[in-house]
Amino acid sequence: MNRHYTRNRSAAAVLAALALAGCTAKEPTSADGPREPITVEASDTACALSVTEAATGPTTFLVTNNGTKATEFYVYGTGDRVLGEVENVSPGLQRKLIVNITEPGTYRTACKPGMIGDGIRGDFVVTGAAVNVDADGKFAQAAADYKRYVTSQTEALIPATEAFAAAIKAGDVPRAKALYPTTRTYFERIEPVAESFPNDLDPRVDLREADLEAGATWTGFHRLEKDLWVSGIQPDTAAIADQLVADVKELDAGVRAPEWTIDPTQIAGGAQGLLDEVAATKITGEEDIFSHTDLWDFNANVEGSQTAVASVRPILDERDPELGKRVDQRFAAVEALLAAYRDGDGFVLYTTVTEPQRQELSRAIDALSKEVSQVQGVIAPQ
Amino acid sequence: MSRRAVLGAAGVGAAVAGAAGAGVLAGRATAAAATGDLHRPVPFRGRHQAGIVTPAQDRMHFCAFDVTTDSRADLVAMLKEWTSMAERMTAGEEATPDGAVGLNPYAPPTDTGEALGLAASQLTLTVGFGPGLFVRDGRDRFGIAGRRPAPLADLPTFPNETLDPARCGGDIVVQACANDPQVAVHAVRNLARVGFGTVAVRYSQLGFGRTSSTTREQSTPRNMFGFKDGTNNLKAEDTEALIRHVWVAPGDGPDWLADGSYLVARRIRMRIEPWDRASLREQERVIGRHKGSGAPLGDRDEFAPLDFDAVAGRGEPLIDPDAHVRLASKEHLGGIEILRRGYNFTDGSDGFGHLDAGLFFIAFVRNPVTQFIPMQAQLAKSDLLNEYILHTGSAVFACPPGVGDDGYWGSTLFE
Repeated sequence: MNRHYTRNRSAAAVLAALALAGCTAKEPTSADGPREPITVEASDTACALSVTEAATGPTTFLVTNNGTKATEFYVYGTGDRVLGEVENVSPGLQRKLIVNITEPGTYRTACKPGMIGDGIRGDFVVTGAAVNVDADGKFAQAAADYKRYVTSQTEALIPATEAFAAAIKAGDVPRAKALYPTTRTYFERIEPVAESFPNDLDPRVDLREADLEAGATWTGFHRLEKDLWVSGIQPDTAAIADQLVADVKELDAGVRAPEWTIDPTQIAGGAQGLLDEVAATKITGEEDIFSHTDLWDFNANVEGSQTAVASVRPILDERDPELGKRVDQRFAAVEALLAAYRDGDGFVLYTTVTEPQRQELSRAIDALSKEVSQVQGVIAPQ
Repeated sequence: MSRRAVLGAAGVGAAVAGAAGAGVLAGRATAAAATGDLHRPVPFRGRHQAGIVTPAQDRMHFCAFDVTTDSRADLVAMLKEWTSMAERMTAGEEATPDGAVGLNPYAPPTDTGEALGLAASQLTLTVGFGPGLFVRDGRDRFGIAGRRPAPLADLPTFPNETLDPARCGGDIVVQACANDPQVAVHAVRNLARVGFGTVAVRYSQLGFGRTSSTTREQSTPRNMFGFKDGTNNLKAEDTEALIRHVWVAPGDGPDWLADGSYLVARRIRMRIEPWDRASLREQERVIGRHKGSGAPLGDRDEFAPLDFDAVAGRGEPLIDPDAHVRLASKEHLGGIEILRRGYNFTDGSDGFGHLDAGLFFIAFVRNPVTQFIPMQAQLAKSDLLNEYILHTGSAVFACPPGVGDDGYWGSTLFE
């Protein structure tokens, strides 16, 4: 969590009464009746679609995980704009995804076994007439896209946190340690959103020990991190774990409430906020000071930032297409750097990252932030 | 909003008083204040870059950048943007028109604002290019390897140096000098801000008191050893000597550098505490001048010529054979002279409670290989001062000529 977490509250504040047209896609139909769903057979090494083309309009994907690792399925547009995704599909499960693609063109699908990296990608070609969307429609679509992304993350955060808490309560410290960084990923991707909720929800979930006021009770991920890596299981550790589950459920309920909306200007501000988080506490190794799993959070912040920018991309491309291209290049540069620190399904510990390497990461984040910080000014109502 | 407009009718007096109130300026600035120039702009365009023979201002922010892109187009675009911002800032204006508060409220301001209301303060911004811009790790990133002047190379290793790689080198330097430290920092900060993605700051150094006078009007300032420094420095009025020792002439090397100069920087840490425990007599023996007047030992006039043959009563030389002024003199160095333009620095204290202070040495020369290197080789070998100093940073840059009417920083190199 950013030590200045209050700063972003206004940026991600609750704004009412935005028309969320397209927020909930209807079951696809066409003149000929319901369209056939496209099946996606996901495994640890493959991502097989029954068909890799569709007409403009809503398309349904049925994602089955035949692998041994939890997976995710994405449909991407330009700049890895997420048009739709399902998170945390456990082995053996099947999930349904409906995506409304309004423009013809070549899109990308991806399965992400282990829920990490760029995933196994393929082209997906959409043909037919563009479904016309006006300026207001683009704003509404951006808001709806991003809200859908946020709820997909909080939805996945709940079972992940429950599994993490269960491992702690069962005294299975190695398993809890293994789950800690991946569980946080869903939170770190959307953290500026958590900062917009009352009653200190964000600090309850993610306060670092260094930011704890004297005499205050320390709860959340980092308290559990310290117990797992340093202090050992304490008498109240189980209660803290239960509290964390309750808190992430509160977050999920908050973002699902119809009155919780976020406008594109705030989304762009949040994209920058996530990069500020990286610069402030991840580059320095202060975020996960006991577990040294900072690179998971670093990666999640960057992914969340990229998704936030991507959701406003149609507006950006209309007003400043060059900026979108520069943003793409800078995100790609950061991803390429991060790729060097991957280790299996995760990352190396941050203690193994040398000072010159940290400087290189910091410079890449500076270069990215310079461009992302321009997005809000372009997106803001003119 | 124009920074200058904020000054209003009382601007002149207010600016001088404000600058004097900022600190050490009042005492040392007598000559410049008499001409009323302390707050004024220094012309940005001309045959030579400003900030070399310009009367040395009292504050400096020196910043070395690594170029992080491989794109020549991006690099040139940034240098053009820098030139436009630099010209505005040296004129006492915001980096961009209305940049601080007058533009899109949803976008980051394009001027950071801390110089609003401050005068131009004689701000000069001087740019130079390091060896790594031409060839880095054997790569000619920008198609200019063939244009590297031969003398533009990392300096050789000298005795008595413990160089910190993080304080050495750099592909591009910007030397910002002004009579108000906030004006100098503002300039570097804004250039760095727009440079992200194309360049990254490698290191930067603040200097708080000029250690050289570069015109005859200026009084000679003191360095952190308490001695007057730069009595015999080259001065702006020495036109012939500047041509001989400072400005690169056509035919010296690649044409793009004609009317430019080389900047040599050395961060010289002073061992302050041992120096402070040395007797006055020892201090004066090490330097070769009287501490109070700055006069050569045995003399009373600061500007009296150094008489290296003078002897005391029992026949021993008045100026020690290894005194600093003797080894650094043109007489001793076969006529070598340099234009010094350094600054005192204090970067707090180290882990032992000792002041991390010294001299950020800057010299402008026509050729570092025939001027600075032999001079430093002599000093590093036997200068009595070596007991009290340690070189911790080093860099050399080629500073292009001044931008003409429609040039930009580096236009002679890249066009």
